Amino acid sequence: MLAKRIIPCLDVDRGRVVKGIRFLDLIDAGDPVEQARRYDSEGADELVFLDITASSDSRDIVRDMVRRVADTVFIPFTVGGGIRTAEDMREIIASGADKVSINTAAIKNPELITEGAKALGSQAVVVAIDARKVTGNREQVTGGEDIGSGAKSNSLPFSLSPVPCHLSPATWEVYTHGGRRPAGLDVIEWARRAEEMGAGEILLTSMDSDGTRDGYDLELTRAVSEAVSIPVIASGGAGKLDHLYEGLSEGKASAVLAASIFHFGEFTIQEAKNYLRARGLPMR
Amino acid sequence: MIAIIDYGVGNLRSVEKAFEAVGAQARVTSDAGAIREAEKLVLPGVGAFGECARQLRASGLDALVMEAAEQNRPVLGLCVGLQLMFDEGHEFGIHPGLGLMRGRVVRFPEDGPRVPQIGWNQIENLRPHPLLEGLPEGTYFYFVHSYYIEAEDEQDVLALTDYRIRYPSICARRSVCGVQFHPEKSQDAGLRLLANFAAIR
Repeated sequence: MLAKRIIPCLDVDRGRVVKGIRFLDLIDAGDPVEQARRYDSEGADELVFLDITASSDSRDIVRDMVRRVADTVFIPFTVGGGIRTAEDMREIIASGADKVSINTAAIKNPELITEGAKALGSQAVVVAIDARKVTGNREQVTGGEDIGSGAKSNSLPFSLSPVPCHLSPATWEVYTHGGRRPAGLDVIEWARRAEEMGAGEILLTSMDSDGTRDGYDLELTRAVSEAVSIPVIASGGAGKLDHLYEGLSEGKASAVLAASIFHFGEFTIQEAKNYLRARGLPMR
Repeated sequence: MIAIIDYGVGNLRSVEKAFEAVGAQARVTSDAGAIREAEKLVLPGVGAFGECARQLRASGLDALVMEAAEQNRPVLGLCVGLQLMFDEGHEFGIHPGLGLMRGRVVRFPEDGPRVPQIGWNQIENLRPHPLLEGLPEGTYFYFVHSYYIEAEDEQDVLALTDYRIRYPSICARRSVCGVQFHPEKSQDAGLRLLANFAAIR
């Protein structure tokens, strides 16, 4: 039976892990290879490296890191962050990554998903979606019309919501730039489109839940999981083991991305797996 | 020496490194001479069946795989590399395979679980084989695929995997064999399988 996956996420800056598990016995906790090796031995099913390097020389650094990880750890791993072109994708895969994750670049140019899928196979293309719930009284942006005082009007003095909220199902909007900028896309529609264009998986992050440690946005996770037939990886908000269970069962996710739940050393990946197995989920 | 056949498909670095990790000598190559001289071959494959079959034929290296099979040299197919060993693939049309084993490659049904199947799944061992040494029933391997093999001759099937449908995930016939999963991404179990292949005499 296909097992549910636990995927630790590591933030990497200039080839150094800046957010990962604080393994006390690691000689060099910032070394991606040492971290990857340790996650591997703890039973991680896959790894995600998120490159947050701002500088333009990040490409060579990332390629070198990917090569070193691929040469030492024999589990699948994904690299995301700063990937803009099909050539970027090809380079990362050629260096030894199994998948690339694209976000803003895919929103700007959805054809990139198809290009990547054709060149590398759908299985190598993960589309990351940052989602925020659209609330009933969400402020309507007027299009930046200057009202004279230099300040921009962000809301109208009356509600534009055409449907009473309790009658309409919840909707979510796609965001870019770490959840700060709305992309003007509906999450469900975008997820379906990404699948049509050739994405192999969706990495779905709730920007509302991210960092709260109150659990995944289960309604969102479930809605996207039901809308597409490719696997969905739930992300954002896990603070205890029960949250992982909820994401995989109620949320219908195929995998859970876990960052901070492991970073504080409260649980090991193996403990999480034992817990989920005891609750009846298939785990490796 | 094990030759990992490079016909322009996929990333073969991990396969080479995985063999290296178990102390086996393997080299990624597209050189006909090196492939002819190699003791064993690895036929990789990723993406669509038709595209892999086309590229393998265009490279002319398909003939060397057939030659190795005729000479009873061990050949290990990985993922689409295993699928290519069968008669035909039904992915964006019908494409001929190498015909080393009888059967077709077809898509997982629409009404089944998510496609592609991505992740760790188990094997159900049907018959013993040196490739499966030390890999008991229930061992997990890493799979990524949307198409599966319908084998005609059950003697060719060493192990099955369950994804609503129970399908062949490890096959062998005479000196050719193959696995539907990625041993180079399947941690210790995958390394063991590659070591087993390297040890076949």
